Amino acid sequence: MRQVLGDRKTIAALLAPALITYSAVMLAPMLWSLGYTFFSGSPVRGFTWSGLANFAELFKDPKTKDAIAFTAKYALTITTGQVALGYLLALLYVFYLKRSSTLIRTLTFFPVVLPTVAVSLLFQKLFEIAPATGPVNSALEALGGEAVNWFGSGSNAFWVIAIMDIWRSMGFYAVLLYAGLVDIPEDVIESARLDGAGGWRLARFIVFPMSWPVLISALIFSINGTLKVFDSIYALTGGGPGSQTTPLTLYMYRTAFAYGDYGYGSSIALLLTMLCLVVTVFMFRGTRKDLTA
Amino acid sequence: MTRSTSFANRRAVFGAAALTCLALVLPACADKEEESPGDGSGSPATSAGGDFAYLGLTENTTVASVLAALEKDYCADTLAAYPLKASDYAQDQFDQQLQLLAPQDALPNLSSGPNAPALAVELYEGGYLVDFSTALAEVGAADALLPAAASVVESLYDGNLIGLPNEFNIEGVWYNKQLLSDNGIEPPATWDEFTAANAKLAAAGVQPWSVAGSGGDGWNITRLVGNYIFRSLGPDAMQAVADGSAALTDAEYVAAADAVNAWGTAGYFGAAPTSIDYATAMNTFLTGQAAFYYMGSWALGNFNNEEENQIGADNIGYLPFPDVAGGKGSSDQVPANAGMPQIMSTAAYGDASKAWLKCIADNFGHVALSEYGVISGFQVNGEVADLPALTQEVQQIMADAPSSVLWFEAKFSAEATTTSQTNAGLLAEGGLSGADFMAAIQADLG
Repeated sequence: MRQVLGDRKTIAALLAPALITYSAVMLAPMLWSLGYTFFSGSPVRGFTWSGLANFAELFKDPKTKDAIAFTAKYALTITTGQVALGYLLALLYVFYLKRSSTLIRTLTFFPVVLPTVAVSLLFQKLFEIAPATGPVNSALEALGGEAVNWFGSGSNAFWVIAIMDIWRSMGFYAVLLYAGLVDIPEDVIESARLDGAGGWRLARFIVFPMSWPVLISALIFSINGTLKVFDSIYALTGGGPGSQTTPLTLYMYRTAFAYGDYGYGSSIALLLTMLCLVVTVFMFRGTRKDLTA
Repeated sequence: MTRSTSFANRRAVFGAAALTCLALVLPACADKEEESPGDGSGSPATSAGGDFAYLGLTENTTVASVLAALEKDYCADTLAAYPLKASDYAQDQFDQQLQLLAPQDALPNLSSGPNAPALAVELYEGGYLVDFSTALAEVGAADALLPAAASVVESLYDGNLIGLPNEFNIEGVWYNKQLLSDNGIEPPATWDEFTAANAKLAAAGVQPWSVAGSGGDGWNITRLVGNYIFRSLGPDAMQAVADGSAALTDAEYVAAADAVNAWGTAGYFGAAPTSIDYATAMNTFLTGQAAFYYMGSWALGNFNNEEENQIGADNIGYLPFPDVAGGKGSSDQVPANAGMPQIMSTAAYGDASKAWLKCIADNFGHVALSEYGVISGFQVNGEVADLPALTQEVQQIMADAPSSVLWFEAKFSAEATTTSQTNAGLLAEGGLSGADFMAAIQADLG
């Protein structure tokens, strides 16, 4: 086997199909998109060389700034929410529910398998104010409060998006982190307990450090997913009211495909890619430092 | 630095340079000039065999239905060799679809035009669309269009007749006669009279207006802004913005948005326009929950539908958009449009397209009106009996109108149109001032 895998031709033959497929479906479109950043126009109008004009526009365009601000706010809030609540659920499964956690795990995981559009429609109805009053506003009124137009301002709509997306995905992170927690050797926990550690001290000095790698993986998954959010916001608010809940992805989509500006749309895509890359590298480095400390 | 790392670095630099070159070359390969569109010579490119491909809007099935009726009942002989293959696409993604199909010479023979008129002009200038001013003459149907409808299409597309007016609509304020008479209100004729009527209705617990402002459905609100501008500044006011000789941020333009915003702040548009979509707004009016409704005459189909219209067609009246005190415009300048005119592909323009164009030119007006109650921009060949009274009234208004105006976004880019229509709900809810609304759109207009 060593002889076979030591042969360059064999390696090339084995790698070629996957490499060619990957290059065709991933690298070529990415390079194509990268090239568009130096052009203006569309397939209909034709393309003209524009140099760095699209990048200059990125710094001047107030809509891009708004979209970056919203994307960052969304990513931080949702990542914190879904990983923290997922971790709490995982702790609940491992240390309290133990073997009887199957039903709760299934129930909390259930929203993950629901179609995004269906969940968005559900939340639209839950938080509706007109033409009918939804359950949330009915409850507010029953408690003596006033109904809120949840989709009438960006700040209110943001919280509906946050609640929906955290509810939708925390079950997934709970299962991911649960897998990390059950890997902590039972004898380590047992010996810590014998040494008098319990509750918070056990969590602080044993559970957190030993589940740190899987926690970081969950954070990287989450931050990359949330920075690239599209479907749930598109289905729930369409980026509105106005453009107050428009993330970078939606702005990129509209710029390229609805407004026919492929060059600037590709520049926004490149910005988003760099943003994901920087955040991921930053988190990886942070992890490495912590693990070697 | 060792020799091997230096070599590795050089390889990395070379690799990066190669990728960059490739990135620059790839889009250049997609340049339109190398993928030349159809030359208009008449050779069909996309319709396989003798099929006649049609791409319509998912939200509007009338055109496809009329085409099917033409194929089956009116031109069975001449169209036998060119069977209809109809498909549809969602309106909010329709422009994107056209932009993807056109450069591949894959536009169907006939399709609905884009939402943004500017895109249709781009397609035409790129050589993708048939010019009907010559094509209709070629098939012996030069007089198929109503002059007024052809004029609306031409003004929409920078003087080019590149769309077939499958609809010819006037717009205005429809009102619930019963609600007005119950509250002792005479049909208002000026903006000030409307404001007084709104106050009276609101005081009586009646929602004065039914509007939609959810997502991109806010166009019926921006129509109020645009028409106020036409009434106060004259019918050329939006052309002045398009030419750059005026800006939406000018005080007299902002006044229009402020006037609409004032109605919204007073609650005349209901509790939450940003939550109301097109269908809900229509339903609100047709179930008697609002007194006024700004809409185009394409809604006659809904008004004449007894199941949908619970207030009764006889109970609905039409009012032209009101005059504004001291304004340069007049209420007899009727807002008009041709729906989303149908376009034909040059790449697919051959015998199938010509045969269908002849049949459409001769029969579309009659079939649309007699079978679907839709007033189109085609001449109606043959008598149509038993038209509903409201439809006849609208036909008369069209005939009597001395001139028409377009709509607020007619000369906007796709981006400015989106900004306008997605912010309209906020304007009508009081969440956005008139000045901020206009400034946001003007920023997109440049």
